[in-house]
Amino acid sequence: MSRLLTIKGLKIEGRSDETWNPIINGVDLELNKGEVLGLIGESGAGKSTIGLASMGYTRDGVRISDGTVEFDGIDLVKASAATKRSLLGKRIAYVAQSAAASFNPAHKLIDQHTEGPTQHNVAGRSESVQDGIELYRKLRLPNPDEIGFRYPHQVSGGQLQRAMTAMAMSCRPDLIIFDEPTTALDVTTQIEVLAAIREIVEEFDTAAIYITHDLAVVAQMADKIKVLLRGDEVEEADTRTMLSAPKEDYTKSLWAVREFQRPQQPSPPADATPVVSVRNITAAYGTTDVLHDVSFDIHAGRTVAVVGESGSGKSTTARCITGLLPPRMGEIAFDGKVLPADYRKRTKDQLRQAQMIYQMADTALNPRKTIGEIIGRPVQFYGGLTGAKRRERVNELLDQIELEPSQYYNRLPSELSGGQKQRVGIARALAADPKFIICDEVTSALDQLVAEGILRLLADLQDNLGLSYMFITHDLATVKSIADEVVVMKDGKVVEQGPKTEMFTPPHHAYTDLLLSSVPEMDPDWLSDLLKERGVDNIGDAAVDKM
Amino acid sequence: MSGLMFFAIVLIGLLIGAYVFRLGGQAVTGNAPKFRDMSFGEAFGFVFGAALLVWALYYYFQPKVLDTGVPNAGVVFFRWAVQGFIIAAIAAFVFRFLGRMVGTEGTKKLFRSMPLTAAFGILVIIIYAVVAVFAGVIAPYGQAEILGAANVMAGGDPALGGNPDYPLGTDQIGRDILSRLIFGAQNTVGIAFITTCLAFFIGGSLGFLAATLQGWLDQLLSRGVDVLMAIPSLIFALLLMTIASVWANELGIPLTIFMVLIIAVIDSTRVYRLARAVGLNIVVMDYIEAAKLRGEGLGYLVFKEILPNAMAPLLAEFGLRFCFVFLTIAALSFLGVGIQPPLADWGTMVRDLAPFINFAAFAPTAAVTPLLAAGAIALLTVAVNFVVDWMLHKSSGLKE
Repeated sequence: MSRLLTIKGLKIEGRSDETWNPIINGVDLELNKGEVLGLIGESGAGKSTIGLASMGYTRDGVRISDGTVEFDGIDLVKASAATKRSLLGKRIAYVAQSAAASFNPAHKLIDQHTEGPTQHNVAGRSESVQDGIELYRKLRLPNPDEIGFRYPHQVSGGQLQRAMTAMAMSCRPDLIIFDEPTTALDVTTQIEVLAAIREIVEEFDTAAIYITHDLAVVAQMADKIKVLLRGDEVEEADTRTMLSAPKEDYTKSLWAVREFQRPQQPSPPADATPVVSVRNITAAYGTTDVLHDVSFDIHAGRTVAVVGESGSGKSTTARCITGLLPPRMGEIAFDGKVLPADYRKRTKDQLRQAQMIYQMADTALNPRKTIGEIIGRPVQFYGGLTGAKRRERVNELLDQIELEPSQYYNRLPSELSGGQKQRVGIARALAADPKFIICDEVTSALDQLVAEGILRLLADLQDNLGLSYMFITHDLATVKSIADEVVVMKDGKVVEQGPKTEMFTPPHHAYTDLLLSSVPEMDPDWLSDLLKERGVDNIGDAAVDKM
Repeated sequence: MSGLMFFAIVLIGLLIGAYVFRLGGQAVTGNAPKFRDMSFGEAFGFVFGAALLVWALYYYFQPKVLDTGVPNAGVVFFRWAVQGFIIAAIAAFVFRFLGRMVGTEGTKKLFRSMPLTAAFGILVIIIYAVVAVFAGVIAPYGQAEILGAANVMAGGDPALGGNPDYPLGTDQIGRDILSRLIFGAQNTVGIAFITTCLAFFIGGSLGFLAATLQGWLDQLLSRGVDVLMAIPSLIFALLLMTIASVWANELGIPLTIFMVLIIAVIDSTRVYRLARAVGLNIVVMDYIEAAKLRGEGLGYLVFKEILPNAMAPLLAEFGLRFCFVFLTIAALSFLGVGIQPPLADWGTMVRDLAPFINFAAFAPTAAVTPLLAAGAIALLTVAVNFVVDWMLHKSSGLKE
């Protein structure tokens, strides 16, 4: 095999606070023609930075300070802008994480697709339109002949991601950089995109760098894996070797993350009053019903996980419970008493009892307030504590979420890491001294190690304070580790519900089965086996539609 | 025709110069990335800039007086401008240097990251503020005081018709221009500041209210604002001022108060639009939802949750709005309906002394009198904009 890309001693620096701080401290990388390399690591490990650097490009305020990036004999670090221009798009292509943000919303897909080939004089306009349609067909997009003539907002997220892969393929590049192409997608959609990418990369013998933080995904895609930690390489090996016998402790800890398992709580007595009871809720945005007759109970000290794809009505159910969206029919009962549908009509005490933790800690914490103020406000608002007493209570809460009070009290949210922010969100909910907390995708924006810490914290708090959780998630690994009961939702309806142990043992409802089997596993043969078993046309959206 | 020819020759010369510059640069530096990736436009920019600098130097050292004995006005004004520019730059540099040496760690850090333009802007604003506050102490004479001689030349040189007692001369009825400039800072800047604050109070609170409550209140306020904004603001202000001048006489309330109210209301429409737009982006955030679900009242939502996050764009708008208000007041005064005599006001001063501008060709010192007030307005406007630009840059950097 011939060498395509050689990176030697790559050092990259970023400018902040008027000094250059190292981001990448001397990473080597080698890639042969037709080979797929998986880059994994937590956020801030420098995965994307290396991905961009292998195209000779850096983000604003970032510079390559040392090392060489040799692509097919050309050093991209020293190459002129004109040379790079002739390579990028034609021989090196890039697929970004958010296809929705990367397509220009004002132009049709096919017009954006043909831009590369016509600019690089690879093919004429009509020729590349034909080729585009051919690629869409290969990537199994529905209606390949006409889908290209739609605008980006007219196709779904998974389809857009595949259209972007087709666009990257338009000049038949030698190297494609995939930067977390499936992270924003549902499991059932993800599997479809993964299969499509793998197939097309194999067909054209394209080399690829696949960046992700999801180990199970990288196991399906890559020939070899490189693990990064804060700008340093931890280790590199063949996918199979890496999965079966990781050498470094850090890699082992990444592998072990999925082992956290909370013992299932005993079932409540049959006559117990549930803390929260959702009774036959039907809710609508405007005139369209988005929830149909949803009912479930949440008992004291238990965790109910609500699972489903995006658009299945999980978060809408939460909005109904909190009173932000009064349901059209049905009612919410708290401790057996029916709550007013609109949050504005609820009493302060009713509001206090049910708290919420949000998915994006960035938008859930006011960026202009210190941690002390954020946590202190509900303490003062509900508990009426002021001055030293308030401070004392906030310190207590900070201790509970395992943040050192003296160190964090006066910080702003921007001075915390993602996991710490999420902890502050938890503390704010606890400050109200609630009985019931809604956790809306609280771990999905976090790295796996950090997410595991949050899950453990939530479990401890439940044990100590007897809280009930409604845990909204699309990640079945999270469900496995923390839930007592599971509610599966699809298209605004409850498809199946019951205790966790029952849910994870067959027989399942067909949809639950599809969800469960679409979760990537650490086995490198998992995707191939699944495709063999179900057939390429029977995965992802296609399978969902058939139900 | 010869002018066109000259222009063409210069242009071709510059184009050739740019080409040679880039080629030479590549040869001398061994094809460094800077020259290698330089576009022709960029090279042209460098050469054009250099040519302009050479011409400026040449023009600066032309004689001040022509052979015929008439002063060369162009050269005189150009020299003043260049000298003023250099002094301003030095003052800003020294100011920034001092800021980096003295003060707390926070202010030192602020000054370290500050561009020279912003330092200049802050310096000018401080000077204006000091002058405005202590006008009565600094000014050598009263603003309405009529002294002996009218139309004394600026410069204080008796040989040229000046008087050392009045360093900037006197106006057409013999009031000291320096004193009036100083009191003008108090009147014009002070009134503009009050007006802008009022405009922000009205527009800001209504805008946030509309963003938070939405529904019919938002519709009502927004459509009302649309109607007000549909009328050209200066003409609208003039119209209202004409009406108000009648009321002012009947009710015995100073016209200035009406002016403040009228300009504040007209300008608050722009602030409303901004506050509402910024507010709408903030109210969709989860922390606002969390506060709503906590049961917080409207006042807490607007002032504790929304306002701190809207501060950066609002402050930037405050700077710009201040300039506009300030110019509107000067314009109204120039038209005769603004700040009323004998109060000193820069707009009125420009109007009263405007005829002197005709002397520019043969007596630059005489022509300078109306330009002093105009320059005071321009300097403050530029200074405020420098500071606003810097603040906008800083706040946009924070968001990333």
